[in-house]
Amino acid sequence: MANLQSDFIGIRSPNPFWLASAPPTDKEYNVRRAFEAGWGGVVWKTLGSEGPPVVNVNGPRYGAIWGADRRLLGLNNIELITDRPLEVNLREIKSVKRDYPDRALVISLMVPCDEDSWKDILARIEDTEADGVELNFGCPHGMAERGMGSAVGQVPEYIEMVTRWVKTHSRMPCIVKLTPNVTDIRKPAEAAKRGGADAVSLINTINSITGVDIDAFAPMPMIDGKGTHGGYCGPAVKPIALNMVAEIARNPETHGLPISGIGGVTTWRDAVEFMLLGAGNVQVCTAVMTYGFRIVEEMISGLSDYMDAKGFETTADLVGRAVPNVTDWQYLNLNYVTKAQIDQDLCIKCGRCYAACEDTSHQAIAMSPDRTFSVKDEECVACNLCVDVCPVENCITMRELPKGAVDPRTGRTVGDYANWLSHPNNPSVREAAE
Amino acid sequence: MTMSQLTPGVVPGRLPAEAYCRNFADVEPPLDRHEAKVAADRCYFCHDAPCVTACPTAIDIPLFIRQIATGTPEAAARTIFNQNILGGMCARVCPTEQLCEEVCVREVAEGKPVEIARLQRHATDTLMAKNVHPFQRAAPTGKRVAVVGAGPAGLAAAHRLAMLGHEVTIFDAHPKPGGLNEYGIASYKTPGNFAQAEVDWLLMIGGITLRTGQALGRDITLEGLRAGFDAVFLGMGLSGVNALRAEGEERDNVHPAVDFIAALRQAEDLSALPIGRDVVVIGGGMTAIDAAVQSKLLGAETVTIVYRRGQERMSASRHEQDHATSHGVRIICNAAPVKVHGNGAVREVEFAYTEDGPGGLKLLSETFRLKADQLFKAIGQTLGEVPEGIALQGGKIAVDAAGRTSLEGVWAGGDCATGGEDLTVTAVAQGRDAAMDIHAELVGS
Repeated sequence: MANLQSDFIGIRSPNPFWLASAPPTDKEYNVRRAFEAGWGGVVWKTLGSEGPPVVNVNGPRYGAIWGADRRLLGLNNIELITDRPLEVNLREIKSVKRDYPDRALVISLMVPCDEDSWKDILARIEDTEADGVELNFGCPHGMAERGMGSAVGQVPEYIEMVTRWVKTHSRMPCIVKLTPNVTDIRKPAEAAKRGGADAVSLINTINSITGVDIDAFAPMPMIDGKGTHGGYCGPAVKPIALNMVAEIARNPETHGLPISGIGGVTTWRDAVEFMLLGAGNVQVCTAVMTYGFRIVEEMISGLSDYMDAKGFETTADLVGRAVPNVTDWQYLNLNYVTKAQIDQDLCIKCGRCYAACEDTSHQAIAMSPDRTFSVKDEECVACNLCVDVCPVENCITMRELPKGAVDPRTGRTVGDYANWLSHPNNPSVREAAE
Repeated sequence: MTMSQLTPGVVPGRLPAEAYCRNFADVEPPLDRHEAKVAADRCYFCHDAPCVTACPTAIDIPLFIRQIATGTPEAAARTIFNQNILGGMCARVCPTEQLCEEVCVREVAEGKPVEIARLQRHATDTLMAKNVHPFQRAAPTGKRVAVVGAGPAGLAAAHRLAMLGHEVTIFDAHPKPGGLNEYGIASYKTPGNFAQAEVDWLLMIGGITLRTGQALGRDITLEGLRAGFDAVFLGMGLSGVNALRAEGEERDNVHPAVDFIAALRQAEDLSALPIGRDVVVIGGGMTAIDAAVQSKLLGAETVTIVYRRGQERMSASRHEQDHATSHGVRIICNAAPVKVHGNGAVREVEFAYTEDGPGGLKLLSETFRLKADQLFKAIGQTLGEVPEGIALQGGKIAVDAAGRTSLEGVWAGGDCATGGEDLTVTAVAQGRDAAMDIHAELVGS
């Protein structure tokens, strides 16, 4: 069994699996259950300023979309930060941390955008013995209307300013949680770094309406006939999160800035993917809200087996391994030529590849009267759609044409690496030649 | 005296009263809405789907399953009924394991097909439960068509003709409509009086007059129908029963299996229906299976199906065979009856082992006997009285692809006519297609 011990910006935990700041980490009761189940750490549900706590709606807080067999694919929430008194949360945090000193316990914070508010809250959490703070600049609903959450996270200058206040008034490690509801995720990450953040965590939830009640003519979840946009999370958002993590990891300005990966992490494999793209650890929420805390056992065994198989000694060995292979389109090798090929032994003759290619792509699949499907190399542009729609894994694969072979579609010989920057159709290449 | 499974002879009430209800309940309970969605999600929406090709009525199966998956089972039902107005019954009785589900790509790939029949039932039940009819009649054409037989072929033809605006009269020899749906299918496949409910629902199209108790050759004649109507469709099925041609066949308690099945379907009280302690069924088709399983469910102690050829030749599907054996029915293959023993009533049946070679079926000299209080013959049926002048082929009314017989203005379909297997779904297809041809003939030129 590999050593899953994690050290994230000096915060140690027995594994890199943390629970994200969210309903599962709102109370001592839940957090103790999570630690008993084996979670390496938690980010406590966001605390607000002292005084009367926020209130939540008393109708549905969540909406969802489902795949086959009602498998939950995406979850949307309109819950606000903790609605329990600050002192109760602080007492519970201290109690839990005392009993689980080996686990990571980070406190998420969201207070109004003025220095005193931040200074006050940091003072209040000082003696909980918590390991660090996470600044919630992410929530896209409710709190944003009051100038907090994503209202801060969408303005890089605010991120930098608040982060600097926090680093000024606290010795605790500081993680800045980013909202994905921006056009370029690199800008807020750069701002966090400039403000002195020890790490960023992302993504927070994505602004969304999960569905519309087509009888009541209202968005869901519906509160007394009305609905509002909420924060979207779960397996459906993972591709968006992976890209944003990678963007920060490969940006020269932020390269090396520790990242806590969040967004649809459901299995050990998801966690590995985030870590390979640069995340030092991962935070999980929707998966435990769907299946309960015990899924961490699968995550631990899966990551351990993967590390053993790859010969990785520590989790640090895999962090960022895929980052050098994330590049821009213009650097992709245009002389890498592949053709789809169909394994006739695996083919179940459903014809989905045919329908997809014939109706929507390049008419590169032939269908015989006995339902044998075959690729027409002279038409195949290697788009991969047939692979994606085929219900049988590995039935259709992409075969690389060796160097020197002739692509029957273009009549060109496969040559050495060459990208768009040197391609004759590139206007700048044409200009240079003239 | 209280009867039990061990009571000798042919007696009623072998089981406790509550057992009958349990035994004859729905053999395959309907899918609920969630189960249907899960089952529907397994469909790959194949291009030019093999299941559609395998369906004699060519129902657009991928489309109706997608309609279920997207929460519109009523739209799914319309897709089904468009091709097969008896889609509700076919969902219950079709040997789908030999048709659509056999060629489902997921059956081929995983041995677990999309549950097409159960999904079809979900859709059709949903729409029929609303007691609305999904089709409207076209403007009256003024043409009148006679349909003989209110079974699947006749009903399908009548519905299509009525929908196209023709005035239809159905004549049926039985007291109730439905044909084999009402008289010839195991109770547990169609409980809750479904066959009659389906006919009532089908007749909601309007323009169809149903006249029961009218047998061709007894109460009506083909000549009379041809004179009184613009076209005639014959779909009266098969009313004759093949003989065993074994010595002693005339003994008591030797019956055609179809009569037993019909009596069972019409029984008000199953506990009043006499059944033997030891029952033997001869045959290898669905009728043999239905008779044997229901004998067992009525409380027979031993039930044995004996088929003269090898198991691979049985026309009952493997699924049907497994259904029988799982209910404790024993299936013996390669044995043919040679003598029915007994003193008045059957007591034993003697069989000779057989060998099925290139030269045909050969009886071997070795024989064995089975105890039998009741012997059911399920060895095929024949055309009853044949209207004069109509050409036959292989013992059935000869028809072309459009269902036309040798007589001008007379079409035929279903079990009484040539072409296709003797299945409900085939009968529906033939009735429907003949109706389209009749329509073209009547309004064409």
